[in-house]
Amino acid sequence: MEAQDRFDAIIAADERIEADDWMPDDYRSTLIRQVAQHAHSEIIGMQPEGEWIPRAPSLRRKAILTAKVQDEAGHGLYLYGATETLGVERADLLDLLHSRKQKYSSIFNYPALTWADVGAIGWLVDGAAITNQVPLCRCSYGPYGRAMVRVCKEESFHQRQGFQIMLTLAEGTDEQKAMAQGALDRWWWPSIMMFGPPDTESVHNARNMAWGIKRYTNDELRQNFVDMTIPQAELLGLTMPDPDLRWNEERGHYDYGEPDWEEFMQMVRGEGEMPAQRIRVRKSAHDDGAWVREAAEAYAQKHEAAA
Amino acid sequence: MTGSWPMWEVFVRARRGVDHVHFGSVHAADGESALQAARDLFTRRQEGVSIWVVRSSDVVASDPDDEAELFEPAADKDYRFPTHYELPAEVDHM
Ligand SMILES: [Fe+2]
Ligand SMILES: [Fe+2]
Repeated sequence: MEAQDRFDAIIAADERIEADDWMPDDYRSTLIRQVAQHAHSEIIGMQPEGEWIPRAPSLRRKAILTAKVQDEAGHGLYLYGATETLGVERADLLDLLHSRKQKYSSIFNYPALTWADVGAIGWLVDGAAITNQVPLCRCSYGPYGRAMVRVCKEESFHQRQGFQIMLTLAEGTDEQKAMAQGALDRWWWPSIMMFGPPDTESVHNARNMAWGIKRYTNDELRQNFVDMTIPQAELLGLTMPDPDLRWNEERGHYDYGEPDWEEFMQMVRGEGEMPAQRIRVRKSAHDDGAWVREAAEAYAQKHEAAA
Repeated sequence: MTGSWPMWEVFVRARRGVDHVHFGSVHAADGESALQAARDLFTRRQEGVSIWVVRSSDVVASDPDDEAELFEPAADKDYRFPTHYELPAEVDHM
């Protein structure tokens, strides 16, 4: 059988492509871009929450937030490992992130202004990530799907701790409740934009669905997330910042307003001070760690020479 | 002399889409023949679609004496588990 036929047959049977299988160049490069961008998002995503670790309101919350941010670092490592199975080097991927030739999710270009934002991020941003990641567990590329299985197992605690922060604030004083509402107002629209542009604008949807890289379209995932989240917001007693939001009996789904796609495109282009700051912080963490990498290498070489 | 053949650890992928899992080990003179031996020993009943062999001496393992030091610190961090967070029944599936 021709390599292409074999690949097509595996995809048609909804089986998995493994690292040593032949695959079309476009399939490989699409996955490299997507999985690398996912990896970059995990480690850049450590920043807005990481900034709150020293300012967490209790030792318990500090331990929880530290554990969550540590998980995100781990997600980055699972995903860099999966990207490397496609034949790229981790050092090159980091260079591409640092030189801004590869992107990360623009959700992390929004600042976390208050402690309530930490709650909203866990509840909404991790919630949207879960909606996106659960179907990716069945991605046609085996190593990516398996990394997603590990990630998804860890995400549930992320969302629950965020929701619990929101719940605590929402049941608190008027001032605390206002903090929770403010965070919801700030994070709602960016969260639903995490699923990417509408299907009508999304160039690679059809091809990526045919390849089994994507299982649902951007708009389908967005609708899932909206439907899931509205009752949760009602339980918190908070108001959704979307006047067009209402239950549509006929569709069996919530209708929602149009996000500001111009703002989204601006964020994707990485304009403004925040993206520059994220990369600066990331690069200096990498540069500051150079002596550790060099020392580890020197130590290994010394012991190899002695052996 | 077969006695001096190195040992190889064998990992088998049961089917596409799942990880290679450790199945056991074989003795063989080189990687090629270790692969052959593993294939004969472990996959006679369609147990797998892919085999890896790794020289056992290349495996760096944790010391059993370090078990407590390595793994016990996780025991008192139940906040890493979803069940640590008590939520109202309506959203408890989250
Ligand atoms: Fe994550
Ligand atoms: Fe997360």
